[in-house]
Order: sequence, then C-alpha cells, then structure tokens
Amino acid sequence: MIFAALRVLGLLAAAPLVGGVVTRVKSRLAGRTGPPLLQPYLDLRRLLSKGAVLGHPTTWVFRAGPIVSLAAAAAATLLVPLGGGPALVAFPGDFLLLAGLLGLGRFATALAALDTGSSFEGMGAAREIAFGAFAEPALLLGLVVLARAAGSASLSGVLGPGLAASWPIAGPALLLATLALFAVALAEGSRLPVDDPETHLELTMIHEVMVLDHSGPDLAFVGAAAHLRLAILGALVSRLALGAAPPGLLPSPVALGAGLLAFAVAVGVVESTTARLRLTRVPQFLVAASVLSVLALVLLLR
Amino acid sequence: MPGRLQRARSGEAVAEAAVPVLSAADYQGILADTLAAGHRLLACWGEPRPEGRVLVTAAIAGDRDPTVGLLSTLAGGPLPSLAGECPAVHLFERELAEQLGVVPAGHPWFKPVRFEPPLRPGPDPWGRTLPLAGVAGVPPFFAVEGEEVHEVAVGPVHAGVIEPGHFRFQCHGESVLHLEISLGYQHRGVERLLAGGPTARTVALVESIAGDTAVGHALAHARAVEGLAGVEAPPRAAALRAVALELERLASHVGGLGGLAADIGFQPTASACGALRAEFLNALAELCGNRFGRGLVIPGGVRFDLSAGEAAALAARIDRAWAQVEGTARVFFRAASVRNRIDGIGVVAPRLARRLGLVGPSGRASGIATDARASHPFPPYDAARLTPAVQEAGDVAARARIRRDEAAWSAAFVAAALRALPPGPVAVAVPPPRGDRLVISLVEGWRGEICHAIRTGADGRFARYKVVDPSFHDWMGLQVALRGQQISDFPLCNKSFDLSYAGHDL
Repeated sequence: MIFAALRVLGLLAAAPLVGGVVTRVKSRLAGRTGPPLLQPYLDLRRLLSKGAVLGHPTTWVFRAGPIVSLAAAAAATLLVPLGGGPALVAFPGDFLLLAGLLGLGRFATALAALDTGSSFEGMGAAREIAFGAFAEPALLLGLVVLARAAGSASLSGVLGPGLAASWPIAGPALLLATLALFAVALAEGSRLPVDDPETHLELTMIHEVMVLDHSGPDLAFVGAAAHLRLAILGALVSRLALGAAPPGLLPSPVALGAGLLAFAVAVGVVESTTARLRLTRVPQFLVAASVLSVLALVLLLR
Repeated sequence: MPGRLQRARSGEAVAEAAVPVLSAADYQGILADTLAAGHRLLACWGEPRPEGRVLVTAAIAGDRDPTVGLLSTLAGGPLPSLAGECPAVHLFERELAEQLGVVPAGHPWFKPVRFEPPLRPGPDPWGRTLPLAGVAGVPPFFAVEGEEVHEVAVGPVHAGVIEPGHFRFQCHGESVLHLEISLGYQHRGVERLLAGGPTARTVALVESIAGDTAVGHALAHARAVEGLAGVEAPPRAAALRAVALELERLASHVGGLGGLAADIGFQPTASACGALRAEFLNALAELCGNRFGRGLVIPGGVRFDLSAGEAAALAARIDRAWAQVEGTARVFFRAASVRNRIDGIGVVAPRLARRLGLVGPSGRASGIATDARASHPFPPYDAARLTPAVQEAGDVAARARIRRDEAAWSAAFVAAALRALPPGPVAVAVPPPRGDRLVISLVEGWRGEICHAIRTGADGRFARYKVVDPSFHDWMGLQVALRGQQISDFPLCNKSFDLSYAGHDL
C-alpha cells in the first residue's frame, strides 16, 4: 500500500520529465542541444507564479476546465499499476473508470474551450471530441484484450506480476495490443503524428488551440494534466511491453523509470522521423489501432 | 502581339512619346486580346493628367518574344472592367481605382487593395477622403450564407513571427468554401517615396520593398536606371549580380523546403534546411557583407569584388552545401508520411493558373513555363540557356518540387559562374537618367517576375515609379487553392506559395 502510494507520487513528480525527455530526444536527433531536461518543470513554475487573464465571455466553466482535467488525470494515476506493482485502487472493471477519467479530462477541456466563444477554440474542441470518439474505443478495445489475456477484469490483475506468465501464451495478441495502445498514447498525449505540440500554426492545432485562452496557473494545470495523461499511458504501454521480463527482475520503481524512459525515447523517435498526418487521416490512424486490438481479440478467442 | 504597341526590351528605355495613347476601346480590346492569346500583364499603372484625367499605361509580355509591349490610354471616366474576362487584371484595376480613381465599371469584387491614401486629392470611388480613417482590413468581406456555414478570421496578428495579413475563411465544418485575403497592413508608400529620385536613398529603399528579395528588387532597379542612362553594367558585374540573385534564390528555396517540412512536423528536413539556408546567406554575406545581399547591387554594377581565391573557395562551399541539400530533399520527397501530406493538397489547375496570371514557382507548378530568365534574358542569363522547371500537378508537392529543381539549377549555375568570372571592372559610372523616357525592367526573383517601371520627367527625375512584386500576381492563387480544402491545410498551402506581404503592400 505504502509502496503503491509512493509509486503514484513518483509518477506525479516524474510526469513532466517524460515530455522533457521526448524534447531532448527530438533535439538530439535533429543535431541540436535542445532545452534542459527539466524545462517542463521550469515552465510550470513560471506559469504558477503568474496571474490568470480571463476573457469577458467566460464563466466558471472556463475556470473549472483545467482543474477538472488535472484532477481527472491525477485520479487516473491511482488506477494504473505502476512498474509491475499493484495499483493503489483496484477493483474489477477499473479499466473502464480509467478510460472514463481520461474522457472526463477531455470533456472538461473541450467545455472550457467552447466557453470562450472563440471560433478557433470551438474548432479545436470539435476536433478533440471527434478524434476522442475514435481514440476511446481504441483504448477500451486494447484494455479488453489485456483483460481477456489475463483473465482478470482489473488493471492490477492484468498488468501485475501475472503479466510475465501471459506473454508466452498470448504473446501475439499482447504485442498487437501494445502497438494499439502506443498509438492511442500518441493521440491522447497530443503528439505526432496526430497533433504537433510545437506548431505555432493555430489552424492546424488540436489540443493547443483549445487552451489558447488559458493563462497563468490555469495553463499550468492544463500543461500538468497533459504531462500526466502521457505519463499514465506511457506507464501502461511500457509495463505491457516490458512485462515479458520475469517478475522480480527489477524492483518496481526501477521498472517504472526504465519503462517511462523507453516510452519517451520511442515517442521522440516517432516524432523525429514522421510527418504529421492530415487531419482527415487521424480517424484512420485511430481506427487502425482499434483494428489491431480486434485482431488481438480474435487471436485470443479462437 | 498586334502592331499598335510600342515594343521595348526589358531594361531598354523608350521615349515616352513613342508609347501609343489609344482610345479606351482600342486599349481594352488589345489588352483583352493579347491576354486571351496567352500573354501576361506585367504591370499597369496610372499617372494624373490635367482636367482630372488619368494616363493609364500597361506593359504586357509573352514567352516567345523577348520584348515588352507598351500601350496606354487617357481615361477621363470609368473604364469597363476586364476582370470578368481576364481575372489576371482584377487586382490591377482595383489598384488603379484606389490610387487614381479610375473606376473599373462592372468589376466583380470592387474594393480597395491596400487601403492606401490616393495619389491625388479628392474623394476616391468609395467616398473616402484624406486623412483616411482606420487601417487595412476594412469590410465588406466575401461572405457565404447558410445554416452550417461559419466564418473563421485569422490575423492580422498571428501566433508566429510572420508578416501581418487578414484571412477570412468561409467554412463548412473543416472544409473551406472560400478564402479572402485582405492585405495592406505593410503599406509604406514605396512608390511615392521613390518618385522624384534617384537620390542617395533610392537603392536602400528599393532593397527594402521585400526584405527577402533585396537582390532581386535592387537588380530590377539597377537595370532600369542603367537603361534610362543608356549604360550597361560590365560583364564581371553582371556575373556577380547573377551569382547574388541565384544565392538569394537558393537561400529562399532551401529555407522554404525547410519551412514546409516544419509545417507538417517533419523534423529531419526542417532542421537540416534551416541550417543549410544559412550556408547560402553566409555566401551572400561573403560577397557584400550582408546576409541578405543588401548594398551589393547598384546602378552601374556592384559595390564589391571577389578575388580569384575567394571565388574558388565560395564555389567549393556552395558545392558542398548543395550536396547536403540534395540529401535532405531526397529524404523529404521519399518519406511516405510527407507524400501523404503534400500530394494533391492545394491544387491550382493549369487552366485556372493561366487565367489568374500566376507567375514564378507558383505558376510553374501549375504548368506555366514562364521564367523571365528565359523569356527576357539579360547577361549572363542569355548565355545560360535556362529551361524553366515545370510541373503540372499544381499542388503543394509540385510547388515544393519546383523549388528543389530551381535551387538545383541555381547551385550549379553559381558554382560555375564563380569559377569563370570574367575579368574587368565591377562598375561603370552612370550618367543622370535621360528625360521623358519609359523603361520596364524584368528580373526573375526567387518568388517570380519582378517588374520595375520608371517614367522620367523632362528633368530626368522619376516622375512615376511602379513596382510589381510577384506576390501581387500570386496571392489570388492561394485564395483559389484553398477552395474545397481542409482549413487545417491552410498553413501548408500558404507556405508552399511563400508570398510576400510587404511586396504586395508596397
């Protein structure tokens, strides 16, 4: 219990570092030095020390958006078994709650964007919700595959110590699910090839354009929530991929750290080698992730 | 071209009296016929004459004829608009109305171009009087009606460090029904400032018409002034000017490919091209001390010379840098994720491009094989036998390929020219311009055809200085390229045209 709580605190603290590592990998692959690894923390501190500017038409919905999405992401960390250890909260069907919490964060951010009345933010919210409708089934299907493979309806049962035993039996299915969940993580984390976190072109943005009106601590919350979402999915995908190793080979904090590092490097490599998808192709990308999961399910059910 | 035109080579001054002043009907008839026959309108400008009349002069050119045709008319009232028949003239007509009050009767979308103060007093056709209230971007804007249609307004203040321009999208969901671009925020009164010259400031002014085309505009200006004075730049100066012009093209095209890559988030080419662009800018700096080539080209020649050793070293550097550009361009055009993004996006069909009168890489990407270096060459281009790079697809990919192909030609040309610089002086003395002359000077800048037209008064001073930057022709191309596209593809289309706001706004 204590260890699980410590792992959750560790993930909360380390989440911005995942983004820092991604940026560092991209910079190095482009031949640049890049910003410091801890830059995301510095950004958050800078934003937290500022005041927030509120647009005239905004209401409490606008203020609540960042808080709800950060709270939802933080709550989601409680459900994810980190580094092979059990999660702080576990019950049958908790993976549905995980998907629901991620969806709640998206919903709150989109509502806040709509609350500004800006055509840009409305456009961003429409995109986010439309792509969310494809990302959520992909996530759920991926998790269903895991549940089926492990014969457990709880994330802790699925990604716990038993995972090493599932790999030899259901290896191909788990591999497909890993790929599918990695694709979902890229979409949920607003990374290439779905979204470009570095672009300044407001017409092409998805996540960034929704939060254009947020400032100061609100923007810090939005940023922290985005870091957390990426880290949660990173922890999930990396645990799944590294779960083939025998249990007890690495203590769970080390496994968690190594997993997140590997995930961040993988995201950085993807971002350094591919162009962004056309917006109209994003659903195809996410449907492809769902199809991989369905295929995995077929392998398991045959 | 019909016979009732005065013909002159680019950079050759003709007596003003030799330009025929036709009746309005003849003027418009000839203009419509020649444009319909595939010629292009280089420039069209007016000058106030007594009794509220306006002398309107047009310069037209074709691809197979190395001369420029000149014709004019004395407008005493509205002229029937040709824009419906020849859309290429629509912006020139609006400009003429804004500057001098010549109303194009029946113009399909009649509104000011730059929201600039008129060149003569009195209310303009929209009833505006001096001093003008407000700035650019004044409504009305073209609007689409319908229950699910919505409008997205972008700019003039943008999220990135780019020039100001206002974009109005009429959208249905994510797809664009129509885009209207409203410019004028960069209007500095270039033509007004240049009138009365040449002065000590003239060259510096010309170089700042469009900051990324300093060499192109300075060269067009220098050749115009040389024509008016009746001198020719010495061969070594001509060669060094061409080297500078092509280096400017290389830097812009390489930077443009990098910009395209950055806009689609393709990092390998974005970062490599950003660094390689600097190689070509630094080469320009080695020529003249300024990375954008300012201060190099002057009437009569160039200000700076290169020693044989410097030229050879520079040529070797260009070769090396180009080899790297080729590598990164290959990666760009082969990557499936890039092809997916640039193929078939922002198409301007060749027929439409021709009607709109697109020039430069944007025109050549839509099958218009026009290049002033080939059609109106001056030394050393007359010996270089350039075949314009052409693509037919008219999409973002075609425009990107044109820029790569042109840069390849430029790199080879620069390296060869630097290794074979003719001996001799780099400048000759330029006597004052002759009076009552008209000269048209055409230079193919990296963005397309730059046209400078100068008419001198009896005292040899510039009575009217008309500048047409290629952007003036091409902005309409971007507007039609967006029709039926995704609004999220606008930045990519915009970058593929890479037009100048300052060059348009003057």
